[in-house]
Amino acid sequence: MNTESLLPHLFRTEYSRITAVLSKHFGIESLEMVEDITSDTFLAALETWPHKGIPENPKAWLYAVAKNKVKNVLEKNKTREKYAINILNFPELSTEIDLSEENIEDSQIRMIFAICNPVLPVEAQIGLALRILCGFGIEEIATAFLSNKETISKRLYRAKEKLKKEKIKIELPPESQIIGRLDNVLITLYLLFNEGYYSESQENTLNEDLCHEAMTLTLCLLKNPSTNLPEVNALFALMCFHASRFKARISQNGEFILYEDQDISLWNQDLINKGMYHLHKSSVGQKASKYHLEASLAYWMTVKSDEKWNTVLQLYNQLLILEYSPIAALNRTFAFSKVYGNEKAIEEAQKIKLENSPYYFSLLAELYLPLQPKIALESLEISLKLCKSNTEKALISQKINKLKGQL
Amino acid sequence: MEEYVLIMRHENGAAVASPEQMQIWMQQTMDWLGGIAAQGKLLNTGNGLSFDDACVVGHGGVVTNGPFGEIKETIGGYVMVKADSVDEAVEFAKGCPVLQGPGNTMEVRKVAKHEPK
Repeated sequence: MNTESLLPHLFRTEYSRITAVLSKHFGIESLEMVEDITSDTFLAALETWPHKGIPENPKAWLYAVAKNKVKNVLEKNKTREKYAINILNFPELSTEIDLSEENIEDSQIRMIFAICNPVLPVEAQIGLALRILCGFGIEEIATAFLSNKETISKRLYRAKEKLKKEKIKIELPPESQIIGRLDNVLITLYLLFNEGYYSESQENTLNEDLCHEAMTLTLCLLKNPSTNLPEVNALFALMCFHASRFKARISQNGEFILYEDQDISLWNQDLINKGMYHLHKSSVGQKASKYHLEASLAYWMTVKSDEKWNTVLQLYNQLLILEYSPIAALNRTFAFSKVYGNEKAIEEAQKIKLENSPYYFSLLAELYLPLQPKIALESLEISLKLCKSNTEKALISQKINKLKGQL
Repeated sequence: MEEYVLIMRHENGAAVASPEQMQIWMQQTMDWLGGIAAQGKLLNTGNGLSFDDACVVGHGGVVTNGPFGEIKETIGGYVMVKADSVDEAVEFAKGCPVLQGPGNTMEVRKVAKHEPK
């Protein structure tokens, strides 16, 4: 690998690892200093490696530089003042930073809990997770959120100030509190994954990276026995099943390919198998969380069979009973049509009344198509009016033209 | 939006169903609840009430055990829904598979709200 492709990859993974270790060492109040030290470390790599070549062990090189930078900061009065570091808190100057694999993993899991903290608004949690846990740049985060750098910078700044103010400790919650705190961690990781998977942004590589990072963090929880719980396995399984379709859902021109039109041979069988393994591991205990249900549904998406629809309908019933969401209501109605036929499904669809949703009218069009194509066409036209995404508009227009030709 | 309780009443609580029949009822009940939930109007799936060990305590502490010789109807369970009107709640109740049993009924009751004085 040359410097150009090695650096972004190393940056992502090592940025978050070094930041986690230093944050655990210095506490949340020194986050600014920690981020500066880590950024400087990578800047140093960027300045030297292209000329002197990539060191034999790039990770060790980065760790050594980071340790030196810590020493420099702590030894100079000026920099200590800048970061308001109280030397008394670090009696031996604590320059011995432990960058062992063991301590890195421990630090990362603590950081996950510190950042996925309900004192922060959800958007701020996801933003900070992207920056600190995943090593994404501000610009990348702005692209992912369809926002601009200033907004994101402000949001991250406020989030960090809040963590400082609340004196959030970088620690793993005690065993008795893990389950309660884990809820919020899982929601953030779930949203982080969805941010990449359902993103409107055209940056497909970035979106895939986002999903990949959400999976890495979830895996981090699975590695620790105290957080290797059924729900976490279910969430990971869900991510594996969805991620298995990455290659199949984008065409060579970067266009979105609908599920029905995907080339199944492009589905990643390794990820499907991994998903099945973790789904199996999640099936202990009494509780069927929303992640269990969604993972089971995602599993059925990897199976093309007409026999599955009743099971799928039952899973959507359970999911909706647990927690209402418009998208689940639409999908349930689709599954209902596969079990009970379109006529009965239209009755169900009319009851859910999601009249602001383009997907609702697309679904109605689908259901009316074999029975009353004229109403199907009208529904598609409403859907087109309501639709905001250009990719989806193009797909709806295609359908409209095709249907007009047939009528 | 008001809250309603839909109470399922069985004429014959002692009737024994085959496992296959139970399976079908289960599915129908889930489809019914899923349909209400898909409208965002399911508040609470309540609890199913078992007929096993059921008994009735009467005036003077007289305990009557099942199978409910003197009682015409028994409650099988309840669910809670949100509805704009009693008519809508009645529509929900009409879909309940319990009504397939002859003599079974659904009782629709609005949850009383204690308005602050």
